[in-house]
Amino acid sequence: MLAGCARREASDAFIQIKGSDTEVNLVQRLAEEFMKDHQIYIAITGGGSGTGIASLINKQTDIANSSRAMKDEEIKLAKDNGVDPVAIVFALDGLALIVHESLPVESLTLDEISQIYRGEVTNWKEVGGPDLGISMYGRQSNSGTYIYLRDNVIKGDYSPKVRSMNGTAQIVEAVRKDKAGIGYVGIGYIIDDKGNTLSGIKSLEIAKDINSPFVSPLDPENVKSGLYPIVRPLYQYTDGKPKGNILNLILFELSDRGQDLVMKEGYYPVTSEYMEINESLGIFE
Amino acid sequence: MNLKRIKEKAIYYFFFLTGILAVIILLGIFLMLLLNGLQTFRDVRFSDFFFGTVWNPSAYGESSYGILSMIVSTFMVTLGAMIIAVPLGIGAAAYIAEIASQRTRDILKTIMGILAGIPSVVIGFIGIVLVGPFIARVFGLSSGLNALNGSILLAVMSLPTIISVSEDAIREVPKEYKEASYALGANRWMTLIKVTIPAAYSGIIVSIMLGIGRAIGETMTVLMATGNASAMPHSFFDSVRTITATIAIEMGEVPYGTTHYYALFAVGATLFLISLGVNLIAEIVTSKYRGAKV
Repeated sequence: MLAGCARREASDAFIQIKGSDTEVNLVQRLAEEFMKDHQIYIAITGGGSGTGIASLINKQTDIANSSRAMKDEEIKLAKDNGVDPVAIVFALDGLALIVHESLPVESLTLDEISQIYRGEVTNWKEVGGPDLGISMYGRQSNSGTYIYLRDNVIKGDYSPKVRSMNGTAQIVEAVRKDKAGIGYVGIGYIIDDKGNTLSGIKSLEIAKDINSPFVSPLDPENVKSGLYPIVRPLYQYTDGKPKGNILNLILFELSDRGQDLVMKEGYYPVTSEYMEINESLGIFE
Repeated sequence: MNLKRIKEKAIYYFFFLTGILAVIILLGIFLMLLLNGLQTFRDVRFSDFFFGTVWNPSAYGESSYGILSMIVSTFMVTLGAMIIAVPLGIGAAAYIAEIASQRTRDILKTIMGILAGIPSVVIGFIGIVLVGPFIARVFGLSSGLNALNGSILLAVMSLPTIISVSEDAIREVPKEYKEASYALGANRWMTLIKVTIPAAYSGIIVSIMLGIGRAIGETMTVLMATGNASAMPHSFFDSVRTITATIAIEMGEVPYGTTHYYALFAVGATLFLISLGVNLIAEIVTSKYRGAKV
């Protein structure tokens, strides 16, 4: 019995995590903290959400990090392979819309953002700003953020006039130099170590529709309460309901200490809405 | 003596084989591009591909695969680069070959060597932080990430090629031509403009062709500095997205075996043919030039 116990612990003492590049640093940070209290080794690699999901399907990883939900065909493929994917939301990623600090536009609705990026609104005066042509910055089509915004906010094709930049940092740099610019970036990129917004840019207040209040993503409360409308869930997928140390890791991530770390890394804590979804999985006893 | 013959034969065959190998590799690359690229046309009409102006393979709605604005962008940036680099390059080459002292010549050639060695990613970075904002300020634009920015940077990058090849051509003009010009009473300036440069004409054309080849295939700098907007450009102040930038951006994300995947090969094959054309012209001009000299 003793031997059996030791073996079980040995196999459980090594957790492998693969996937999303958005999540890799955050999960690394969480895992380091978790390993301080637990006799366990956690190996984390990036490679993109698709890579993580493929590894889960092929039973080559314990947890797949994914910044998007699994597609239907991926779930089918997993089931065919005897894998039962279970999704846990452990953090949220907020997207900010940024403009030059001198631009006298403070807020936009999701609909206005969509019209701007579709190329239907081309002048700032159409959304309450000065008479100035809008110059749009975005990511390249291999970015998950590009796809997220397209499918959830733009709900159509980006205008071909959107300049596609190599990375988020380049969008920030470009908008900072462009008095008519607008760009979308992860919140983490526009806040410095002390929690202040970077100079030269400002993030817009966003409303879900004209009947909703305009709120800033800089106040975590707005994200927590679900008022800020451009947030995407960050997932971790396991094969079947998590057990043992994998469950312990996930519980740690969702604990106050874990969620504090999530905030320190520039992401947002899980809202009650997503927490309910997690609880409905029946993994917390 | 026999051993020497064998050695010579061996050397001969070694170089013959490396030459053949280069040809085989080139043919292999072209065939791979062509065979993969042709698969595109099972799903995309030939005319839509070459004359369509909308390139959006990962569209929300229906994908489109028109490469015309990409081709226009590529030629625009290259043309702009040549408008800047050709006069500058020929001027600098004439100065180095005919006017500069030995010391100045050595210094200039060293500087050119350094210029040729700067990595393209560094040039692109300079385009983002220095040249782009400068263009925006001078012309009152909202952003300087445009075709003009790319042209200026590519001009800088193709200058070393243009200068060194033109300089060789100018130097190779027979002394008798110049002496005859002086004998007729022409001064140094007139001789340079009316006799030496025209005599070096075909060599200069080759240098321009090589410069075009350098500019047209450049990827990193244009990817960083031209804004990468896929809309059809209307002026040098518009953002452009070149053929090379498109391939570089999208090759990493494209799922294997899809129309998008094959379309990128077709785009690559198109660029290959354009480069081949440019190099062929350079080759034809060179051989004509050599023939004339004999």
